[in-house]
Parts: sequence; C-alpha cells; structure tokens
Amino acid sequence: MEIINFDPVNAYVGGLMLGGSAMMLYLLRGDVAGINGMLTGIIKPIKGEVSWRILFLVGLVLGGLLYRGYGGALETLEPAVDGYWVVLAGLLVGIGATFGSGCTSGHGICGISRWSIRSIMATVTFMASAVVTVFIIRHVVGG
Amino acid sequence: MKSIISLLTGIMFGAGLCISGMVNPMKVINFLDISGTWDPSLGLVMGGGLTVMIIANLIGRRMNRPMYAEYWRLPTRDKLDTQLIVGSAIFGIGWGVGGFCPGPALTAIAYSNSTMLLGVGAYAVGAVLASFIRTGMQKSAVEKRIASA
Repeated sequence: MEIINFDPVNAYVGGLMLGGSAMMLYLLRGDVAGINGMLTGIIKPIKGEVSWRILFLVGLVLGGLLYRGYGGALETLEPAVDGYWVVLAGLLVGIGATFGSGCTSGHGICGISRWSIRSIMATVTFMASAVVTVFIIRHVVGG
Repeated sequence: MKSIISLLTGIMFGAGLCISGMVNPMKVINFLDISGTWDPSLGLVMGGGLTVMIIANLIGRRMNRPMYAEYWRLPTRDKLDTQLIVGSAIFGIGWGVGGFCPGPALTAIAYSNSTMLLGVGAYAVGAVLASFIRTGMQKSAVEKRIASA
C-alpha cells in the first residue's frame, strides 16, 4: 500500500460544508440531504415536493460552477472509466441507490448521524462492495 | 424563504464536493483502493460531514419543529430488509467502477466533461427506472395484502 495525494485540510473543509448544508436543510426545513432521494423525488408529482428538490439540484451545479469561476484548484475531472463502462457505472449507481433507499449523502452522512441502523448497514455494505470492486478491477483483472 | 434555503444549501453542497475533491472520479477510486495507491482524504469528507450533522441532530432534538416548516421529514422505515442491502451492494459496485456517486455525478455537470455527462445521464436513467419499478412493487405488495385480507 502506498499513500498518495493525501489532502486532509481540503477534504475536511469540504466535508464540513456538506455537513453545514445538510444541517441547514434539516434544522430550517426539516428535510434530509439525500441526493438520490432528491432526484427520484422529482419524478413523483406530489404537490409542493418537486420545486425545492429541483432548486437544490440546480444549486449543486451552480456550486460547481462558482467553485470553477472563483479559481478552484481542481480544474479538470479525471474520469475513471469511459464508453460502456461509464454507462454501466451510472446505471448501477442509480438502480442501487434507489433500491437501497439512499446514497453516500443520505445514508453515509445524514442517516449515520442520527444512528439509523438501516443507514449504518447500508453504508457498511456499499463501502465494502466498492472496495472489493476496485480491488478486483485494479489488482485481479488489471494486475 | 424555503426555496432560497434549498438553492443555497444546494450551492454549498456542490461547492463542498468540489473543494473536497470528491467530484473527481479518480480521487474516489484511489480512496477505495486501500491495498494499492491509497488516498485516505475522502474519509475526512465523511468525518467533516458527520461532525456537523451529529451536532445538528443534538440541536434538532431541542427544537419542537424545524424553523421554517411544520414538522421533521425523516425516513419512516426502521428495519433492515433485503432491498436495502442488495441495493446498497449494487450501488457500491457502480461507485467502484465509475468513481462517482449521485451528488458528485450531478455536480460534475459543472465541468461539462463528455465522459462524465454520459455517466450522469446513465445514473439518472437508472435512478428513475428503479424508482418506477420500486413504486410498482410497493403498490402490488399492498394490493396483495388487501386481497388476502
């Protein structure tokens, strides 16, 4: 094992911002900052439940644009895969997070912080399956 | 006011994902590659998020209701089931292949990287499709219960 690109300050500051965002959403509006739930919530036409989710998701992209506009250190993205593989990855993320009732934000941050057993188990499961997947791709198939 | 909160929290979340580096798929893959070239940074992203949210929950417990809403809207299910575990396992495989989860995927639109846009599109299709199937499954389960009662 070799440790690379370790950037604890930016990672922690970014994490505090995610927490701050989730905190405001929770204490001001009573809502959970689960990104997958925001997206799937949009397609269920329940009155009063659509526009706030769209605004949040638009905000995500605006946040990215502001970061880039104000000279953020990360100038370009490095995709891990392309072609059919990126499509497969996207489909699995969408299908899995929806059937699993949440993703890294909803389970990993919001759910765990209120000690939800479902969120703790979901987070342990997707972390483990992601680590195993990377291990197989990089060290078994790619090794 | 409630709409402004949604937009502002979204901006803060998106910027946080960029500053932390989590929006970059390669950084995520290196975070998950614990036996190879390991980049532990993203563990601190979760740590930072949890630090604030654990405090938020302590504050929330002392409040009768959210500041601008009538009640808290938290998930109601509290038992483990197969869907939760199998779904999470599938999500993890996708995360490990592509290096992006829902938040960073959507935030990545800001970079208009064609490969990532393809991934985001596939993610949205997968989520929407699964959501329809899941709603259908829940409906038929309820109908079965009514029919057998």
